[in-house]
Amino acid sequence: MPTLSDMSRPIIRVEDLGKEFVIGGPAEPYSTIRESIVRTVRKPFDMIRGNGSEKRKFWALKDVNFEVFPGEVLGIIGRNGAGKSTLLKVLSRITEPTKGRVELYGRVGSLLEVGTGFHPELTGRENIYLNGAILGMRRDEITKKFDAIVDFAEIEEFLDTPVKRYSSGMYTRLAFAVAANLEPEILIVDEVLAVGDAAFQKKCLGKMEEVASAGRTVLFVSHNMGAVSKLCSEVMLLQNGKVRGRGEPSEIVGQYLREGSSSEFISDAGPVRFASLRQIGQRLILKLRYQMEKEIDLPCLGFVVSDAAGNPLFGTNPKIDKVPRLSTPRSEGEMEIEISDPGLVDGTYYASLWFGDGETDHFVEKDCLTVEVLDMVPNQHGRPHLNGFVYPKCEWNLNV
Amino acid sequence: MNLTAAKDPAKPESTIEMIDTQNNRENMSGIELPEDPIVVIRPRNGWIPIDLGELWKYRDLILILTARDIKVRYKQTLLGAAWAVIQPLFTMLIFTIFFGRLAGVPSDGIPYPIFAFAGLLPWTFFSNAVTNSGNSLVGNSNLISKVYFPRMIIPISSVASGLVDFAIAFLLQLLLMVWYGVKFGPSLILLPVLVALTSLLAVGIGMWMSALNVKYRDIRYVLPFAIQLGLFASPIIYPSSMVPEKWRWVMSVNPLAGQIEGYRSAFFGLPIDWTSLGVSALVTLAILVYASVTFKRMERSFADLI
Repeated sequence: MPTLSDMSRPIIRVEDLGKEFVIGGPAEPYSTIRESIVRTVRKPFDMIRGNGSEKRKFWALKDVNFEVFPGEVLGIIGRNGAGKSTLLKVLSRITEPTKGRVELYGRVGSLLEVGTGFHPELTGRENIYLNGAILGMRRDEITKKFDAIVDFAEIEEFLDTPVKRYSSGMYTRLAFAVAANLEPEILIVDEVLAVGDAAFQKKCLGKMEEVASAGRTVLFVSHNMGAVSKLCSEVMLLQNGKVRGRGEPSEIVGQYLREGSSSEFISDAGPVRFASLRQIGQRLILKLRYQMEKEIDLPCLGFVVSDAAGNPLFGTNPKIDKVPRLSTPRSEGEMEIEISDPGLVDGTYYASLWFGDGETDHFVEKDCLTVEVLDMVPNQHGRPHLNGFVYPKCEWNLNV
Repeated sequence: MNLTAAKDPAKPESTIEMIDTQNNRENMSGIELPEDPIVVIRPRNGWIPIDLGELWKYRDLILILTARDIKVRYKQTLLGAAWAVIQPLFTMLIFTIFFGRLAGVPSDGIPYPIFAFAGLLPWTFFSNAVTNSGNSLVGNSNLISKVYFPRMIIPISSVASGLVDFAIAFLLQLLLMVWYGVKFGPSLILLPVLVALTSLLAVGIGMWMSALNVKYRDIRYVLPFAIQLGLFASPIIYPSSMVPEKWRWVMSVNPLAGQIEGYRSAFFGLPIDWTSLGVSALVTLAILVYASVTFKRMERSFADLI
């Protein structure tokens, strides 16, 4: 167990950390040599004309200060673009900060994606070594853990099959198994639990609990408020690159859900331009306007409505509902979904959206819509945390 | 990426010893934190020295990535590793017909086919290595944006994976020499040195191009073109002796020229031009140093640009 003296010292210390990105300006990616030359030549003229400041800079992270103590499991939450991924990338040394300082007192293993570097042509066995080495394990270290990895992934029979023949479940299991057997003092995990089926997610959560109880430190970024509340000892909320709050999971998750969402989603780019969710009488109405680059015959909108703690309540999509495809494909349009009688008790609910052509999701936005439900059901028990959020429709017959 | 040992804050350039934590790992369940941070991350400007120690610690990754490249290269090809032979062999046949027979290019008294093949052997290795490593960072962007490791490993292992093809073609060269009745002389012991030099040159140029390629995608178009020119600017089709004496120095600026003549001298027991080999070694070293400095300077922005 951690000694008192060591518990008082942080294993991660982040001071005044900032990361600035330049958009539209000279640091734009995919620039060509010709552009560079043109810019260099034009620069003096631009400065005379006052066009020099045309590049747009923004701080993805700013004035971030925090400490993490050994054995802590710190959840990091925030909306898309709040700086969560940038923070993890800086801590994993993938990208360099623009200012500030981070001190790490332990070896870092970062898991920003499941199966980084997996090669589809290589067999399961070969990929275990490849992935392990990429994550920073030595060859003999992998050999030592090989059986444990294969065990966890449950893929013994397919060890010598190229992973391109694996089902997506097997692929994910194998990838997580390698990463889970990495034994760094600090484990950085980004949203990996979003993949895989429920049983697998449970297994991953279990493994992460095990890691944490072994005294290792975990940083965990997720949109899954349920997992964050369950797993983390503390939660930190990021907003526009700054630390907005830190504390007890329930408190911070609540704060995020109260402030983080809006009842309408509006965007002037991307496939989904507008989305809204509102209660009309006993019904919930979900509206969506989309604009795709190509024509599609199935504007496939999936939604999941969850409670304020992030537990999913219900959800579906046109494929599950066997909605017939459009007779003439189109690239833009509006759609409306009427959820006729969800029977929700009073409270705040959140909807996550997925939108695509039925093959791939071109748009994923967790908890982007919120709705305040009031008087949807005739009676209120007032105890949703005990009795549930859905009010059942019952036929009572007290005398049969 | 700035990774400095905080042991001496006055010396921010000294890079960290990452695997040093292995000493602490045994008692990690009891969490005893080291006195000084293992890694310090902060922005860094100016030039950053290469951390050879860290590269060494990641040697397993170099080997595994090299093995991956080799395994993947000939998967789902009909002829497999035979391609390593076909490419230089057919080029040699065509050169023999057009340059050896029709144009009558001299070959220092050596049968033209093995003369050409001795030049094509290092050239094929070098040109493939530079092409592959030049595109390697962009091709492995998924790794760059998701995991930390010394970035230099990627172009290095790209070059290393070409060595297997080189070895196969090398055996063919030896067979051809037996076929043409060339005696194996003691000068063959020079070959390992030459292979090392060519590899270092390929690593230097490949690493430099790969870094530029992240920022300027023009490199993808420049490389094949430059390599085509290189074929004619190096004594592959013709011997250096064909170049007029007063222009010889221009040739020696091309570090590959001295090396290719070196391979020929080693294979056929010809007198070795130590001066041009020495110049070539110096130029190779200079390119390697310049390339690694450029690479380290650009490395910081890879993840943001790729």
